[in-house]
Amino acid sequence: MEVAEVEAEVEKKATATRSRLIVRLAALLVSHSTLVSVVCCLAGLIALLVLPLLAKNTYISENALLPGSANPVLSYQHVTQANNLIMDIMSIADDKQAPDIEIPKLIAKYMEILGAETYHHKFSQPQNQFHPLYFFSSSPNSPPTLANLSYGTSTVGIIRAPRGDGKEAIVLVSPYNTQNAGGIDASASASSIGLAFSVFSLLSRATWLAKDIIWVASDSRFGDHTSVSAWLNDYHNPNFIGDASSTRIFKRAGTMACGIVFKVVEKERREKYEDRDVVTLYAEASNGQMPNLDLLNVVHYLAVHRQGIRVRIGMFGGLVKSHLVRVLGEVMQQVGRFARSLNPDWRFEMPSSEYVEGTATLASSIYSQALGVPTGPHGAFRDYQVDAVTLELSPRFSLKNEHTRLAFLLKGGRLIEGTVRSVNNLLEKFHQSFFLYFLTAPNKFVSVGVYMIPFAFLVAPLPIIAASLFNLTSNRNPWRWLHTAKPLLITHTWSVVVTLLPFYISKISDLPSTHCMLTWAGGSLMALVILYIVFGSPYSKHVEWRLLKAVMIASVSIGLCLMSIINFATAQIGALFVVPMCLFALPIRVKTNNSLIRSMVMTCNLVMAVLGFPVTAVALMQGVIKGFGTVSILEFWDSMKFLWGWNSATYLYLVLVHLPCWLLFLHILFHPCR
Amino acid sequence: MGLFEKPKSIWSILNSRPITFYTSSFPLEKVGSSFFHGERFTSRPLTGEGAMASHTFLSLLLFYFYTFHLVHPIHCSVGSNAFDTTSAPQEEFSEELLLKPLPDYKVLAHFHFTSTSPPSSSNGQHHHLFPKSIAQLVKKYKIRELELSFTQGRWNYDRWGASDPLSTANGKPPGVELWALFDIPTKEEIDATWRNLTHSLSGLFCASINFLESSTSYSAPLWGFLPNNGDLRYGALPREAVCTENITPWLKLLPCRDKAGIASLLDRPSIYRGHYHSQRLKLRSDGLNGIVIEQTLSVVLQPIDRTSWSMHQLFKKSLMGKCALAKSSKVFLEIERSLVSQNENILELVGEADMVTNDQRDHSTIYQYNVERYSEHEALDIRVNWKKLLQVSFLQTPLHASRFLMGSGNERGSIAISLQSARNSTKGLYDNSKNCFTRVVIFQVVPWYVKVYYHTLRIYVDGAIRDAKDVVEKINVTPSEDKVSPGTLEMMLQFPCGMMSAALTLDFDKGFLHIDEYPPDANQGFDIPSALVSFPDFISRRIYPDSISSPLLQSYKGRNIVKSYTEVLLVPLTTPDFSMPYNVITFTCTVLALYFGSMVNVLRRRVSEEERLAKSKDKRKPGLIPLLISKISNKVRGIKEDSANQSQSSQPILGPKVVFKVVLIALIAVLGHYFFNSS
Repeated sequence: MEVAEVEAEVEKKATATRSRLIVRLAALLVSHSTLVSVVCCLAGLIALLVLPLLAKNTYISENALLPGSANPVLSYQHVTQANNLIMDIMSIADDKQAPDIEIPKLIAKYMEILGAETYHHKFSQPQNQFHPLYFFSSSPNSPPTLANLSYGTSTVGIIRAPRGDGKEAIVLVSPYNTQNAGGIDASASASSIGLAFSVFSLLSRATWLAKDIIWVASDSRFGDHTSVSAWLNDYHNPNFIGDASSTRIFKRAGTMACGIVFKVVEKERREKYEDRDVVTLYAEASNGQMPNLDLLNVVHYLAVHRQGIRVRIGMFGGLVKSHLVRVLGEVMQQVGRFARSLNPDWRFEMPSSEYVEGTATLASSIYSQALGVPTGPHGAFRDYQVDAVTLELSPRFSLKNEHTRLAFLLKGGRLIEGTVRSVNNLLEKFHQSFFLYFLTAPNKFVSVGVYMIPFAFLVAPLPIIAASLFNLTSNRNPWRWLHTAKPLLITHTWSVVVTLLPFYISKISDLPSTHCMLTWAGGSLMALVILYIVFGSPYSKHVEWRLLKAVMIASVSIGLCLMSIINFATAQIGALFVVPMCLFALPIRVKTNNSLIRSMVMTCNLVMAVLGFPVTAVALMQGVIKGFGTVSILEFWDSMKFLWGWNSATYLYLVLVHLPCWLLFLHILFHPCR
Repeated sequence: MGLFEKPKSIWSILNSRPITFYTSSFPLEKVGSSFFHGERFTSRPLTGEGAMASHTFLSLLLFYFYTFHLVHPIHCSVGSNAFDTTSAPQEEFSEELLLKPLPDYKVLAHFHFTSTSPPSSSNGQHHHLFPKSIAQLVKKYKIRELELSFTQGRWNYDRWGASDPLSTANGKPPGVELWALFDIPTKEEIDATWRNLTHSLSGLFCASINFLESSTSYSAPLWGFLPNNGDLRYGALPREAVCTENITPWLKLLPCRDKAGIASLLDRPSIYRGHYHSQRLKLRSDGLNGIVIEQTLSVVLQPIDRTSWSMHQLFKKSLMGKCALAKSSKVFLEIERSLVSQNENILELVGEADMVTNDQRDHSTIYQYNVERYSEHEALDIRVNWKKLLQVSFLQTPLHASRFLMGSGNERGSIAISLQSARNSTKGLYDNSKNCFTRVVIFQVVPWYVKVYYHTLRIYVDGAIRDAKDVVEKINVTPSEDKVSPGTLEMMLQFPCGMMSAALTLDFDKGFLHIDEYPPDANQGFDIPSALVSFPDFISRRIYPDSISSPLLQSYKGRNIVKSYTEVLLVPLTTPDFSMPYNVITFTCTVLALYFGSMVNVLRRRVSEEERLAKSKDKRKPGLIPLLISKISNKVRGIKEDSANQSQSSQPILGPKVVFKVVLIALIAVLGHYFFNSS
């Protein structure tokens, strides 16, 4: 605003003194705001599209990790022992006599043979409560009521490092499901336990351990995440009040250095022939937090260069087949080739297939971070500032065959052994490599310095446009924007009400989600009407549409910048929706000279009024990512419930930033333009 | 110095520390290090320069020494005894080794060396067997009692026993622990002496004990550690790594070093392979008994074959006779009753013991072997075979203590100490009557950067929160002072006997450190030293018949309070990014440059002058190229430019012309860049 004032003053005085360079530059930008905003937005979009080209190869940054420097010593002896355990679990599961009690006992027995300290950790399913006030803070510590609820039992074993001082621990987690123990993927589930056991038995004899090893065989009857997060919560925030027997048996092993979650999944035969065992890495934790890149690098390095396992990360298959992306890939390839023909030193040529895969992976990476929901049990570790990763191992051959199973266990076990050994070497916390990055391939990443550029380009025109709009208004009072504070206040009060409504709706039990959705919508509408009645119409005579738009843009840019600090990916995707809305907003009744441009802008406005509505925006996003067949608008309630169930800040963004922006956009659209 | 007077002085030369000899230290040190230690770990530099002058004297001395060592060693020792029978008490040295099979098939080897020096030495400042450096230390710093321990690994209280005297004495916190009682009246003097002492010990033992010098790292507990009158100082360094460089100076204090006797078993790779390694030096000095030092080394070894082990397998060395200077040299094998009583045939001993005794309460059996009987031809090799593998546990402490951190994040947290009764093992000690109480003393030192709020002490007994008044019998808190002193908590608690579990929590805030208080590299966190939990109502003692005369078993008779150390805690503190100062410097410089630039600009300019210029500028506005040409031509001609020409465009709004120019220049730059790069 100050810039605009200065500029206005400058205009006034024709014979003004020479102003300073920064001010002149700002004035220049403001006076060419349309050009600047178009250029910036285009640059932002292009920068976003070329991100896969800018990805760098990963490298192991922390030298102390020394991955693969020691030969793996996991032998067939360990694997055969593990195989015995697998067979025992399978036989218990086939008997169908209370496998949920017998299997933990069995695992504990095997752990004790190795000389580990063992105990069982009981937990119940958490109530999926909506606590709008507990966002970003740990959930309230309510005493668990195990009395009449069904509860899961995780088995925990601890190996004390022979010569270590017990200050740090590495956690291995292997989820298994006792409920489904006799089910289809029973052999895979039991193999997870077997895999963990083979590594555990090796580590129980290892003399090189510097950190204690905790193995959590977590019961995943309520989902993989629940058991791990319940155990972690009891580890860090024990409850001394009440039944003391559970806290009595709970054993600990120092500060956690790292968590490695691994499970074996036997995938159905795909059409594509798999010539290798595959490990899929999941790293996204809540609100877009990632583990240190070094942890992923170690796993990737050991899997690819030592064990010959293929590494995958999440990717949107739909995007690979999408024609648009393919065409883009071709264009990129051509541009790259052209650039190279100009100067052989410019090597950003990329084969189009690689670009397409990179884009699909990047999209998945951004989407999972933007959603703010952890992609696996490792997310529970990140809540306690522990780096963790989930490895999903899928074998090449069926696990029913004993020989292939042994070979697979050996390979997987050696991978985990190597990872544990690397982390064990670490004298420091993970600090050397990146925490903020997107992955475009298992061995390629886009660091924060690069992926911030598109967002910066998208957000940069907002203050400039706001300044130029402010400057164009007829009122010359520097405090004129105060008149528009009222509609802004109304909108934001309304959005707060909308945020809190689900808390009360979810208290009414047993409503189907469509009813909840309708109640929410109805309640919100009513709240809006009430607010209007209380505060009066937003279109008072001082509220010029330009001022309103300027204020809207200012508030939105503040919201976007705040969100980019909390969860960058959400802000990035949000900016793609919100920034065009901010730039194009134009009242229907406004008169302009060029009718062609006006009609084009009006069409855009109407389309954006529909697509910018959070409900449709979410549906659109999911449609682009997962295909439009599966999306329905009525599922909005469920997806929101999903978000707040995981304490995702994306929910707050949608309701506190995006929704008011959309409402103000409508206000501008229907401005009377007196 | 009567070097040639008596043969025993040569012995004292060889066996006490070379520090004693100022004139001839160089050759003797050399002989001593090559002949006596002959190992790679010697870290003491050779000293003395002036010694080369007296070459002939040295060779004579060497000759003399060799003849005595090779020909007359036994004669010497006999002679020394014969000479000194007339004087009152003598310096004595005894060596012992205690082996103890542990329930998890590991073996505890406890080396125990005792040296005593009578209160008033008949030889003035000289010693025969006793290490002079220690004697000097005691004299100079007026030490009444001192204990220094170097430990690696954790004593497993669950499996290796907790309330027998050996475990109580052996269980030490990881790293270095040092405490000393001084015979000095004032507090300031004690602190100064402590500082000097840490430096001396640091030099003696090649360790960074000198870090205990700073007042932030030691404390003065009154009764939580050991009842005293304020003359106790206690410090611990949990992070100190223990290695051979610490054991070499420790061995130098022994008269035979590790060349003969029991100490010759100390094969470095074998003892450092163990699961637990604790090397200690304990000394007591008073007017009655003189100075007594006990040097102990406890190692827990894992035999290769779980079911059968022998001394030779464990140490990769054989025990071939005693140290000639030792008054007694014995090896004991202690077998806990719980291992034997159930079935006599669980353990099988190979090798005949000289004596077998049980302690008074029949907790354990001791097999005694006199090393004198063995020689190079017949080495002592005790062999134990387990007939059957079984799970037993040794005597536990009445309450099992463990300590852990609660909470997460870099802001705050809590320290929790949880005490759980080990009911099954000490059933006899408990009754559930109302008037029965167990007392527990907790002693904890917390560094200042962990700011403990002592008022947040919460005590839970059996799952219910209890008022601190009801449980705490006595409490002494010294709050920490930032960068000056650590916080000390001494607390005596009283729990009902029937209690199953108790927990204490204390909240703390994590402090900010100054930049030079951080370690130079990124770190895993900061350590809180182990807390000591002791049980004053429980005494660990074992009384053996007087027929065994052994300093080791004598020490078992003392009224030792049962105690256990808790784990060391690791507190992750906020570690700033230390490249940040660099960023800040560059950023600040940029801001300063901008500020100064505009300041100078403002100060330098004259507004009225500029207005005038602007007016004249409006009149005539030359194009860019004529302006450039005139400028260049002016320069070429060396004429100072006319101020009117010099003034730049004062157009406030840069019109399309300027934009065009900017774009043009950018284009030229890009093209130029491209052509230069491609060439």
